[in-house]
Amino acid sequence: MPDMTKSDTATAAPDAVDATAPAPQPVKAEKTRSLWGDAWEDLRRNKIFLISAVLILLLLTITFFPGWFTSANPTYGDLAKHYLQKPQLGKVFSPEWLGYDQQGRSVYARLIYGARASIAVGFGTTIVVTIAGGLVGMIAGYFGGIIDSILSRLVDVFFGIPFLLGTMVVLNSFPERTAWVVIGALGFFGWTQLARVMRGAVITTKQSDYVQAAKALGASTPRILFRHILPNTLAPVIVVATISLGVYIGSEATLSFLGLGLNGVSWGNDISDGGNQIRVAQWIMLYPSIMLTITVLAFIMLGEAVRNALDPKTR
Amino acid sequence: MGRYVARRLLQMIPVFIGTTLLIFLMVYALPGDPVRGLFGDKGGSPQVIAALRHQYGLDQPILVQYWDYMKGIILHADFGTQIGSGRPVTDVLGDAFPVTLRLGGFAFVIELVLGIGLGVFAGLRAGRAADTSVLMVTLLLISVPVFVLGFILKWIFADELQWLEPNVNDPTNYGELLMPAIVLATASLAYVSRLTRTSIAENMRADYVRTAIAKGLPRRRVVGVHLMRNSLIPVVTYLGTDIGALLGGAVVTEGIFNIQGIGGTIYQSIVRREGTTLVGLVTILVLVYLVASLLVDLLYAVLDPRIRYA
Amino acid sequence: MTIIEETAPVPAPREGDDGPLLEVRDLHVEFVTREGVVQAVNGVNYSVSAGETLAVLGESGSGKSVTAQAIMGILDMPPARIPQGEILFRGQDMLKMSAEERRRIRGRRIAMIFQDALSSLNPVLSVGYQLGEMFRVHQGLSKKEARTKSIELMDKVKIPAAAARVDDYPHQFSGGMRQRIMIAMALALEPDLIIADEPTTALDVTVQAQVMDLLAELQREYNMGLILITHDLGVVADVADKIAVMYAGRIVERAPVHELYKRPAHPYTRGLLDSIPRLDQKGQELYAIKGLPPNLLRIPTGCAFNPRCPKAQDICRTEIPALVPVTEQDGAELVGRGSACHFWKETIHG
Repeated sequence: MPDMTKSDTATAAPDAVDATAPAPQPVKAEKTRSLWGDAWEDLRRNKIFLISAVLILLLLTITFFPGWFTSANPTYGDLAKHYLQKPQLGKVFSPEWLGYDQQGRSVYARLIYGARASIAVGFGTTIVVTIAGGLVGMIAGYFGGIIDSILSRLVDVFFGIPFLLGTMVVLNSFPERTAWVVIGALGFFGWTQLARVMRGAVITTKQSDYVQAAKALGASTPRILFRHILPNTLAPVIVVATISLGVYIGSEATLSFLGLGLNGVSWGNDISDGGNQIRVAQWIMLYPSIMLTITVLAFIMLGEAVRNALDPKTR
Repeated sequence: MGRYVARRLLQMIPVFIGTTLLIFLMVYALPGDPVRGLFGDKGGSPQVIAALRHQYGLDQPILVQYWDYMKGIILHADFGTQIGSGRPVTDVLGDAFPVTLRLGGFAFVIELVLGIGLGVFAGLRAGRAADTSVLMVTLLLISVPVFVLGFILKWIFADELQWLEPNVNDPTNYGELLMPAIVLATASLAYVSRLTRTSIAENMRADYVRTAIAKGLPRRRVVGVHLMRNSLIPVVTYLGTDIGALLGGAVVTEGIFNIQGIGGTIYQSIVRREGTTLVGLVTILVLVYLVASLLVDLLYAVLDPRIRYA
Repeated sequence: MTIIEETAPVPAPREGDDGPLLEVRDLHVEFVTREGVVQAVNGVNYSVSAGETLAVLGESGSGKSVTAQAIMGILDMPPARIPQGEILFRGQDMLKMSAEERRRIRGRRIAMIFQDALSSLNPVLSVGYQLGEMFRVHQGLSKKEARTKSIELMDKVKIPAAAARVDDYPHQFSGGMRQRIMIAMALALEPDLIIADEPTTALDVTVQAQVMDLLAELQREYNMGLILITHDLGVVADVADKIAVMYAGRIVERAPVHELYKRPAHPYTRGLLDSIPRLDQKGQELYAIKGLPPNLLRIPTGCAFNPRCPKAQDICRTEIPALVPVTEQDGAELVGRGSACHFWKETIHG
């Protein structure tokens, strides 16, 4: 999986306040806001954030209440309708709105019911990799030494296998591919990225004065880890997790295309089927492709917006 | 420098062993049996199956199988035998690998040239309209799944406009490989340009760039020597790890354009449960990945003296 | 590399040249930011002649560095812009020159030394390369010639074993040695004017003195003009000829260096002098100017210093004081002195 969350290695120097900054830090002593408070102020006015947040809320609504959006059955095929009947774009939200597929099933209904697969796999995998990767990264970063060396090599081992190939091999062994199986396969190879991010964040935080102070005061290891270090590593982890949520949704669809994805209604399966009909009936693949792309885009944009808001350098 | 290389080489050994063992376990410990697969639904007689299993060493404990397999690779460059066809895996590889290497290499060049080019273009204009457009377009390219892009490009350029062949018939013809290479390169290209852009935009504000300007250097020298040398360090790192991803991604691209490369072969071996072929192919990919990341580390040390003398 | 250009065009006269080397006239610089327009420099006038050292003193945000960057032509425009003013170098307004003309002056005729040599030197290029670049770009020397020159330069700024260290990278040098390399780089083409922006702030106290001495020595040797930007009155005393004190983008006082120490004519200068720890006043509480430097987005009306000034009257809150000549009580001229305080008389004589 491409690692889009790796942004840079900063070479810029932190000082030279007077030289580059036009004004001294404005005396805005009115109230001192936290990192998150500042970020929220920034996000509230950020169009990209608002658009992606609305899109994601809409997707979640579709996932949980598909009945609100269509009365048609996504698996009912009426061969009389078939795909020779073109989409009737005027009939918004009706079963025939976006046309029918080769088995006479409503493309629109399949679009609505297909959201569930993508959202379930996306969120499920993200939760798994955040917990697993976060834990490994935290242990490696905090304890360092031999533990860090071993865990880091373990991460390297998993990183060495191309993401897609690894998941394909695992999934091929499961004829019944439920959401859990797909989540497990994606998570099995996906946790390394979060582990690397978490490890880096923990190492940075570990050296800060307040953690050293807590240690000197005799705080217990779990207390230092969860009360002092964890809250300060959340920012990069949340950003990476949000972006990879989008990436996992894309991966699930790709696996479906290869015939190794979820069984049942899903955008990936529909795009794959529609791809073979593209010369006669473009809409079968076009609409699920658009939905899929928008969904992936929404999560990546959300993650990027949050990152920019949390990173004072970009202000 | 010498010590740095030695340390990196030593670190590679456990990673190589671990990765190959992981593939081995995944392929052989998970349900499914290549010998049974040979006979299809009818099933062979238990004696024949047992004999074949013994012939391919499948009745041994898994770690013994792994040990024998690795011994074969290291001592004789023997990657095993494809059970379905009875051909040595190295033969299968010999047919498929050059095809994928050509496709991947082509894609890599596209990614390198366009990705860095776009990134530098946008980074030097950070915050302006040109930069915003590049950011938007690359974000969109990242979000479109590769197979969707493949279908759409194929439909437009091959079916509708008929400019290009829909399938690759001659994998030595770069004209035919152009469309698949673009499809394979797209997502990586977008990442590279975003990474380059961020890096350039950030380093532009660095003190040493200001010094270079204050020295009265011409702009092309400020950008070309001072800014680029520093900004490309993270990009080089990314490009190295991406070589593996490109080869892995070939599974999808080769499927869409019907190319008989390593991706297609891997896909076939997964579906047919051709364990030995699969392990052999993936091991090769892992080796390529490890060598690439070693090269990147060396390049990194060349580019950044702070690493070299650490 | 084919960046070869013809060598120095008009070899301008060095001595016997009447008129100052550099003259800044009524310079204004603003920054357009999201929160509004920041008035960083509001009508600054100063000049420096060959062999002379002008110290520009001020807190961060006073506009002292921005003025220097405007002289060098290294401000980022936008967000910065120069709505008004002239910067005359040997009588020619540099603000009217083409970008290419200005570039030829940078580094060759006017050079700059930055505060933090570690971040100001390129981390991935050897110091020899970075020094040699000056000769290669401005004088068209070959790589080999430039290398020889670089070693000579490093010797000149007293870096031990220069020939052995020419291929080392900035991070391999100590802070003081790095700053010497910055100085060497500025001196490379024997410029007419050097601007040193807080050259010793990042260094240890003992090293500070060595670097300052070196700079002063080389300045004398080459008879260069020097603009020394600092917030530290202690650094200035021994090396400067005259001082300009800046506050909120304006010069509030100017004077020959010893006059200023003896008899400040502005309450801000007085406050700065009083806040220097002195051996003869041990045990007393150190004076501190109350309040903070102003937010440049909302500079106070009238005299910008009025909210912090112990002597502020009503007029200080309404009228901006002009920089007027300071005289003796009997009206006799005090050469080179000026103050921008409505009550300069009370301050200097009272």
